[in-house]
Amino acid sequence: MSLWKIAWRSIQQRTLASSLTALSMALGVALVVAVLVIYGVVQSSFTRAAHGYDLIVGAKGGKLQLVLNTVFHLSQPIENIPWSYYKEFQPGGRFASRVEFAIPYCLGDNYEGYRVVGTIPEMFSAVEYAPGKHYEFSAGENFKKDNYFDAVVGSVVARRTGLKVGDHFAPTHGISAEKDGHKHDEFHVVGILAPTGTPNDRAVFVNIEGFLLLDGHAKPVPKEEKPAATAPAPDGSHAGEHDHAHEKAHDEHAHGGEEGDHPPAAGEAQTAKQADDEHAHAEHSHADEHAHGDEHAHADEHAHHHDHDHDHGHHHHHHEPLPENQREVTAVLVKSTLVGGLSLPRTINKEQYAQAVFPVQEIQMLFKGLLGNFQMLLFGLALLVVIVSGISIMVSIYNSMNDRRNDIAVMRALGASRSTVMAIILLESILLAVGGGVAGVLIGHGLIAALDPIIEAQTGIRIGFLKFEWVELVLIPALVVLAAVVGYLPAVVAYRTDVAGALSERP
Amino acid sequence: MVGRFGLTVWPATGYDYCPGGVCPLDGNSRTEASDPTMLQLTNIKKTFTEPGGGRLPILDIPRFRVDAGEQLALVGRSGSGKTTLLHTIAGISRPDSGVVEIDGTDITRLSEAVTDRFRAAKIGYIFQTFNLLPAFSALENVLLGMSFSRGRADEARARLLLDRVGLGHRLAHKPQMLSVGEKQRVAVARALANRPKLMLADEPTANVDARHQQQIIDLIVGACREENVALVLVTHATEVAEQFERLEHLDQLNQAVANV
Repeated sequence: MSLWKIAWRSIQQRTLASSLTALSMALGVALVVAVLVIYGVVQSSFTRAAHGYDLIVGAKGGKLQLVLNTVFHLSQPIENIPWSYYKEFQPGGRFASRVEFAIPYCLGDNYEGYRVVGTIPEMFSAVEYAPGKHYEFSAGENFKKDNYFDAVVGSVVARRTGLKVGDHFAPTHGISAEKDGHKHDEFHVVGILAPTGTPNDRAVFVNIEGFLLLDGHAKPVPKEEKPAATAPAPDGSHAGEHDHAHEKAHDEHAHGGEEGDHPPAAGEAQTAKQADDEHAHAEHSHADEHAHGDEHAHADEHAHHHDHDHDHGHHHHHHEPLPENQREVTAVLVKSTLVGGLSLPRTINKEQYAQAVFPVQEIQMLFKGLLGNFQMLLFGLALLVVIVSGISIMVSIYNSMNDRRNDIAVMRALGASRSTVMAIILLESILLAVGGGVAGVLIGHGLIAALDPIIEAQTGIRIGFLKFEWVELVLIPALVVLAAVVGYLPAVVAYRTDVAGALSERP
Repeated sequence: MVGRFGLTVWPATGYDYCPGGVCPLDGNSRTEASDPTMLQLTNIKKTFTEPGGGRLPILDIPRFRVDAGEQLALVGRSGSGKTTLLHTIAGISRPDSGVVEIDGTDITRLSEAVTDRFRAAKIGYIFQTFNLLPAFSALENVLLGMSFSRGRADEARARLLLDRVGLGHRLAHKPQMLSVGEKQRVAVARALANRPKLMLADEPTANVDARHQQQIIDLIVGACREENVALVLVTHATEVAEQFERLEHLDQLNQAVANV
């Protein structure tokens, strides 16, 4: 009979105590595993979330904030940058030679709490979401450039909200769900994105043209500029009556931000304040609505205008694009060329109009700085639990030694050496620790799998049961060492057992 | 034949408890292979320290000898040192002085670890309280006896032994599921597991009722005779002792008691 089996029988002899001891070890290890896996996956997923482009260009402000609200759909958007600046990345622009593509990103609306992003179809045709992986559609297709009110829905949003191809939905102004938030025109869902494991799974992407035409999304311009800047009325059907541009002109701000200094753009000389003065209902501006929760603003606004909310489905195709001098974007996702990529951020950051940030760099800094310490703290606590569990193994075996004096003496009398009985106790400790540890690994991964939907909902990252971290490989050998250390004391007691004395004791 | 310690070794099977069949003793500690002596005690003295610090003599045996295959009963009153004597013969405790020679080897000169292996290979021990390990089945208790000797645990022999003591149908039973008589029979099978040369039985019927007493004695005596194992059976039951051709009184044998 092997020593392992002898040790295992001793554990079975004290089933309850052994189970509880192993369970405490299992919980400690489960904590370690959960911390390791969640942190590892979140870190790699977060870094990967910005895959496909190497720069984010946005208004000057917090770099991390720009990354958070562009890549992760978190935090508040910063100010906007004018369309004219975005055009510098387009053919003919100053930066055109240094970029492979530039994707505009407009933020400021939500649908049931999920961010609505105004962008262009190239977001899904040109950008890879992971190395070698392009966006795919589980249903429908990408939206078309000319269909202004078409939308594509991330996989998590589709699952949670029930949106499917053919549905219509109206985004709400603001970046988080509010009961009485101002509802916009409706968009038509043409595609559902296949899961990507990135935060984009929990966002809604709409055609930027439609997004810009929504209430409050146009930048105010001086009245005198309007005729020149505004596009011709669309086939006469909505001129004067359905002119979003006109409607927006009195807004104090463009979408997604507070008042602030906008970078200069072509044809933009007059302030928003001046624009307000020209309109009788300036007090009902979007900014006021959201800043003060003034419900009447919405009603008033609609009293002034037509009821386009109700029949949008019939006239989307008749919209004219928002004039360029009223357009803004929140950010631009830029894939730079190999050579130009080096100088582009320097050039942009030197100027006063915008900032360019490396998202991967920002994410790594965030992890190293804040979350790195947090991970160490969690990891340290989990390790402490494991060590305490190890000590409980020692206490459990040590307490049993008095009852087992006779058993040990009998084994010695049958020919077991001191080192053999010592080894049996150590093996018992190892079996408890490793058994508890293996159970802990399973519990840990089960815990992660159970929390997966919550993590996915919050971060858009899916983990799954079978996501292992290499560090886990070290766990079992580490537990063996821990078991040997904590088992040493009771093993020494076994080693020192007075055989003759124990055998002479009458049970 | 030269062993790995460069010593001349007897080609007797008696050294198979030592690594490579070689005993790390010097030549003086051996007896002739043809010598029929299985156990010989010479000038064994052992004292215990009393709580007050004084020394209490327990054993003082000038000479005691048992031949191979011989069976004898050792009787003595309580406190006459019966168990201490068996522990000393088995190498569980060491005498203060004297020689304990078993099958030609003075075990008082062996290291503790070698003594343990020697005990596993040469000596069978039957305890008064059976001392079966409660976590193990009857079969495993017998196998356990084999686990600490150098040879591999022979499950077939363990089953055969249990069958011979009438427990072939109780192999998987834990001790707590066995009767007192059955427990002692498992203990006998375990003591025989390693084909010992010397069997030490410490009052094996003390906890057994009268009906089972004779069965146990018959079993031990018969099994030892069958396997040609020398038997030293300690008892205080006259009816048991009188069944043996050789009967020794510890009160006479042990000077420490005789002089009190």
